[in-house]
Amino acid sequence: MDEEVERVGKILERYTTVQNETKERLAKLANERCIEIQIGDATCENAAGSQVARNEFEKLIEASGRKDIVIKKTGCTGRCSAEPIVGVLQRGRMPFKYQSVTAEKVRRIFTEHILGGQPVIDFLLDKKTKNKYRHQIAFFKNGAYTGQDVFDAAGRAASRLANAGVQKEEVKIGVSINPGLFIAHESLQYYMIIFPEEKARNTGSTSDADVTRYGVTKPADLDRIIDSHLLKGEAQPDLFAAADPLFDRYLKMYADIEFFNRQTRFTLRNSGIIDPENIDEYIFYDGFAAAARVLDGMSPQEVVEAVKKSGLRGRGGAGFLTGLKWEFAQKAATPKRFIICNADEGDPGAFMDRSTLEGDPFSIVEGMIIGAYATGASQGYCYIRAEYPLAIKRVEKAIEMARAQGFLGKNILGSDFSFDLEIRLGAGAFVCGEETALMHSIEGRRGQPRTRPPFPAASGLWGCPTTINNVETWANVPVIFLNGPEWFARLGSEKSKGTKVFALAGKVINTGLVEVPMGTTLREVIFDIGGGIPGGKVFKAVQTGGPSGGCIPESLIDTEVDYDSLAAIGSIMGSGGMIVVDEDSCMVDVAKYFLEFTMSESCGKCTPCREGTLRMYEILERITRGEARDGDIERLERLANLIKKTALCGLGQTAPNPVLSTLQHFRNEYELHVHSRRCPAKVCKKLIQYEVNPEKCIGCSACARACPTRCISGKPKTVHTIDAAKCIHCGECFTTCKFDAIRKN
Amino acid sequence: MTKQNTGERAYTLERDLQDFIASCRKREHPESFLITVLHKVQARCGYLSNEHMQEVAELLGVPASTVSGVATFYHFFRLKPQGKYMINFCLGTACYVRGAPLVVDAFREVLGIEVGETTKDCLFSLEATRCLGVCGLAPVAMINEEVYGKLTPTAIPGIIDTIRRREEA
Amino acid sequence: MATNMIRLTIDGRPVEVEAGTTVMEAAEKTGIHIPRLCYHPKLSVEGACRICIVEVKGMRTWPVSCATKVSEGMEVTTASPAIRQARRDIVELLLDNHPMDCQTCERDANCELQNLAYQLGVRDRQFAGERKCFPTEDSSFSVVRNSEKCILCQRCVRVCAEVQGVHNLSQHWRGAGTVVTPAFEANMIDSVCINCGQCINVCPTAAWIEKSWTDEVWEALHDPAKHVVAHIAPAIRAAIGEGFGLPPGTPAAGKTAAALKLLGFDKVFDTNFTADVTIVEESHEFLDRVKNGGVLPLITSCSPGWVKFIEHFYPDLLPNMSSCKSPMSMHSAIIKSYYAEQAKIDPANIYVVSIMPCTAKKFESRRPEFMNAKGRPDTDAVLTTRELVWMIKAFGIDFVNLPDEDFDNPLGYSTGAADIFGATGGVLEAALRTAAEILTGAPLPSIDFTQVRGVVGLKEAELEVAGIQLHIAIANGLQNARELLARVRAGEKFDIIEIMACPGGCIGGGGQPYPPKGGYTIDFDLYKKRAEALYAIDSGKEMRSSHKNPYVLELYKNYLGEIGGHRAHELLHTHYHARTPRGI
Repeated sequence: MDEEVERVGKILERYTTVQNETKERLAKLANERCIEIQIGDATCENAAGSQVARNEFEKLIEASGRKDIVIKKTGCTGRCSAEPIVGVLQRGRMPFKYQSVTAEKVRRIFTEHILGGQPVIDFLLDKKTKNKYRHQIAFFKNGAYTGQDVFDAAGRAASRLANAGVQKEEVKIGVSINPGLFIAHESLQYYMIIFPEEKARNTGSTSDADVTRYGVTKPADLDRIIDSHLLKGEAQPDLFAAADPLFDRYLKMYADIEFFNRQTRFTLRNSGIIDPENIDEYIFYDGFAAAARVLDGMSPQEVVEAVKKSGLRGRGGAGFLTGLKWEFAQKAATPKRFIICNADEGDPGAFMDRSTLEGDPFSIVEGMIIGAYATGASQGYCYIRAEYPLAIKRVEKAIEMARAQGFLGKNILGSDFSFDLEIRLGAGAFVCGEETALMHSIEGRRGQPRTRPPFPAASGLWGCPTTINNVETWANVPVIFLNGPEWFARLGSEKSKGTKVFALAGKVINTGLVEVPMGTTLREVIFDIGGGIPGGKVFKAVQTGGPSGGCIPESLIDTEVDYDSLAAIGSIMGSGGMIVVDEDSCMVDVAKYFLEFTMSESCGKCTPCREGTLRMYEILERITRGEARDGDIERLERLANLIKKTALCGLGQTAPNPVLSTLQHFRNEYELHVHSRRCPAKVCKKLIQYEVNPEKCIGCSACARACPTRCISGKPKTVHTIDAAKCIHCGECFTTCKFDAIRKN
Repeated sequence: MTKQNTGERAYTLERDLQDFIASCRKREHPESFLITVLHKVQARCGYLSNEHMQEVAELLGVPASTVSGVATFYHFFRLKPQGKYMINFCLGTACYVRGAPLVVDAFREVLGIEVGETTKDCLFSLEATRCLGVCGLAPVAMINEEVYGKLTPTAIPGIIDTIRRREEA
Repeated sequence: MATNMIRLTIDGRPVEVEAGTTVMEAAEKTGIHIPRLCYHPKLSVEGACRICIVEVKGMRTWPVSCATKVSEGMEVTTASPAIRQARRDIVELLLDNHPMDCQTCERDANCELQNLAYQLGVRDRQFAGERKCFPTEDSSFSVVRNSEKCILCQRCVRVCAEVQGVHNLSQHWRGAGTVVTPAFEANMIDSVCINCGQCINVCPTAAWIEKSWTDEVWEALHDPAKHVVAHIAPAIRAAIGEGFGLPPGTPAAGKTAAALKLLGFDKVFDTNFTADVTIVEESHEFLDRVKNGGVLPLITSCSPGWVKFIEHFYPDLLPNMSSCKSPMSMHSAIIKSYYAEQAKIDPANIYVVSIMPCTAKKFESRRPEFMNAKGRPDTDAVLTTRELVWMIKAFGIDFVNLPDEDFDNPLGYSTGAADIFGATGGVLEAALRTAAEILTGAPLPSIDFTQVRGVVGLKEAELEVAGIQLHIAIANGLQNARELLARVRAGEKFDIIEIMACPGGCIGGGGQPYPPKGGYTIDFDLYKKRAEALYAIDSGKEMRSSHKNPYVLELYKNYLGEIGGHRAHELLHTHYHARTPRGI
């Protein structure tokens, strides 16, 4: 008992010392800096050309001789289509974000904005910002507010300022609906940040202290702030809200970009903000505070209880309760235990884990320290796919730095708890995302799953109790202990707590990473955040959950996204891939695409998956080639249900989902393919009949020359005809014709 | 696992790789380092030869069948040296009817290799692919990222020659 | 001791079983044999075929009964209509990727896949499409691999690793392209395969079969210029009856001899004869090493699978190997020398067929060590028990009702010590009988060394013979041998060790009859019956020590000269060498 007493307080004390030293170091640096230029350094950013931008900035800074302008490396922000993204951060001012930055743009940004103080409007991310604002206001809306007088603060502020004669162009109002930020401010309806007026900001000597923070609950409060503070320059101290790093960090990163402001970023809280290769920055934002708190004052049982209470569920796919998983391992009889981070993100189209690994590796390390303490593990493995070299490097570095600071290794932070982490690499096997396959892979074997039970919590790596969670789950763990499990449990839907990161891709305007509270509707994600479908096309379906997921039709777009409601409509949450499909896509073709993926990624161990997916693919191939036989749809269903019920592992059991869900929601498309030999989306080449529109054909013979099988005939300057019997449906005539005279049917 | 083998044996793996494997073998669960070791060997040698895999097996103390079983399971591992120029010829329908088989024969003849093989100088690998979607130019082949269309058997020696001369220069 | 009992219901019937029991085992107790395929009682649980699925109330998917442990209050349904259709469909999926050549397949009517297809009612093909294609791999002298017939149950991979410790086989590639092969997809002949044939024994289909030499033997039998001679191994007589439906453990030496004569063999000898010779030579060798400080422990070398194993895996221990040839190779060598001389037949015209329980003997017969100067093998052909059963059936011989006949002398007479060669521990017991009597110079009061009997994988004993303390050990199944060898390498003192590659010894050899429907190989209860048959023959014989075999004594007197002498060495001894690829 005495030892217990001695431990309490000591560890936190030690952490606080470390954190204070870190903060002092960073503050000193900050004082030397006037402007920070944030440049993404992540696989995606680099592929988009961020290194070019970085080199250009370096040259310009060098030439300017300015020591107070520094470049800051961060991970990716998850705003894919606009990369490379460059942020210009100046204390006391709203941050500015530039998109698709090239070397040329860098030169203008540097001279006009960084040296000249005038943001380059044309290059701004999503171009939402207008020039020369007198007033800059940011509203954070408390999504969980349950009190009286619910009102629209942004609209009210805008109209009140307009009534007072302030020009619309002089005001910039940002709104963020982000329930996750209101930890210490739950009674507020809005948290409001007012930036100093433009005239005060030109000196470049403003600091964060010039920012005023208000808490707004009643419309009358807002009116008073506008009338007195904004219009007369009289602060209203009775309405001040305490400074909260969460809001500041949020603003620093995301500025007033709508794409970000509708998100609630827990997992991605540091991605795109901190330098992922600098542990100081992580510590600055309370990094390792959660681990210190846990080690200082909590028993492993209490930690497990807290995780259970938070309602956190595994973010890798199946959504098993994390706390329960930990409890099984904790209660296991074998003393030697392991924990694993599953960083083998393999779903085509999902990259949130890479973003976290590259952008905030420390949060994973910290989550694992807490998990190891709770489950009694002394050794952890981070299993990263080999296709992510930068992520591997970042995690390696993070582990090293954490070890150097005493967060890993023997007697962490002076406690009696020792734990260390090692990296193991994958080698390109989708199935290794399955936990038993992954453990086999760590053990140096073929990554084939085995039957469960025993579950890894009872018998995992080398027969020892093992706790496996994926990257996103681990990254969420510190959040629970920083803010409390009750707080975590307040976000999300009834059975799915917290947030989920989605990788939004396909036929959608804003592609990228979107983190929203569980229970957000698909419509909000795709249309409000994603910006809807490009090119005026019609939304057809969204495919969630990758190859294990399903296609959700337009009629179900108001479904709230969580584990259970997605499962109820034949899809899954999966790792969070969301691929939007428009009217130009054939659902049979989409199903075939995914099935080809699962078929070629099947490990080959169990009969239903190995043989069944092969036969299903053959049938789909027949259907899309116009060679379907009677009963093929029924055969597909029979095989799909067989695999679902009898395959060995979760990946096998979910492999038929893309087929089953498209059969459920788009059965008529299948029937048209089978019975009428038609592909309504005109995707399945073999089902397209090409004909010449006699009214448009001028007889130029270009199509006939292009046709590889010479099946188009006709005298020059007369209408040509296509011999359907010889046509191989290659579509060459269609692309060649300049007169729209070839029709698809 | 056996603990020793009699007789000295000369290994072709480079010394530092041998040392690395030896260090893995000293640790707990040496077999669990197999994938790590294979990554290192491939990074060094470009691919995993049978000879190297047998050496890894012996040095790490893992059955050779496990080594090649693992190496073939994971996509990331390559078991054959890849040429600098990957020739992917299209065997789609349009190419087929336009004489792709004759073109393939020409490639095989000029390079002296079969489909799926790599030339001795490691310059060219020859692979078949499904439709490249360039039917109008049939028959086509892709050499690395570049598409060559309307190929005839007589054109092949010239194409290969150009690349060879570029390489020699 | 109170065991933890679990109550559950299976198909509505209450069952009480010990905790840790699988659903499959529990069902067995209620009289329900759940259909299965990849399951093998002696191997680790694979759970891959998914045929033994059952419904468990409250579970979303259908668990496999082979891997699922019972739990309190579990409600299991083993054969609902949905389960039956699923099983049917799974078996059909396997058939869809399987050659449709049942009628001409070696395993026709003895194939677990075929049986299941019939039993589960796969009457039409719903899903058939492309079928996988692989060439047949027949580089080995012993085993043939037909990957097209492989259903990837992994039993061969498991037996090779878990029972034999060879790890020659692994799955390669993945998904529908998965194939079971040795390392680097090498041919079997270039692998560390020890030819034991246990892969054949456990294979549910004909993906593994022995390299058949029946055609060659038929041809020789019909060649008037050839003097065709057979000799049959000790373990044959204890198992061959099973091939004709006789109960396991029925001794059938007489019927076998009679059948061979009917088949047209000119002489039918007994490998037992040279088993006695082996003992005489080997105990001489052992005593020589004991007396003269030779390399100990002496390790027996009768089992060709084991011999190849040590050459690949433990070449450092080769000096421990007995230099004696196996009884088969001794016999064939004696036939082509001593017998040829006596019968005045040109050895070139003698065609020796060994009937062995073993596939590795086929390999042994082709080792250069056992060929004459012209490269002609001493043993021209080796047939497994299964091949002989098939030949007898093909000939139309009514084996069961065949009157017994004797082996031909002089090479057909043996003592009881030779009979027990077929069971694990038998060689050592036979050697002890002879060595002890030589050491003490007097007949033993009891020659039954029961300490070394019993069908278990690993046995050890301390014996005192004529004042000498002996530490002896016996292993069968090479994974067990590995344990012993590790101790030998570590310097532990052993004097003599018997190692047989196959579980149970030769009675469990890779060439023995397939078990009847529903049965499994590596079944030690079955092997015990076979062993009992051999010990019964032994105890029923008057002459039970090899060195007392009058024909053996005659052989030395008339032909070989001294035991362990020059001629004996030339004809009866050999040496082994390290092999590549190195085993690990």
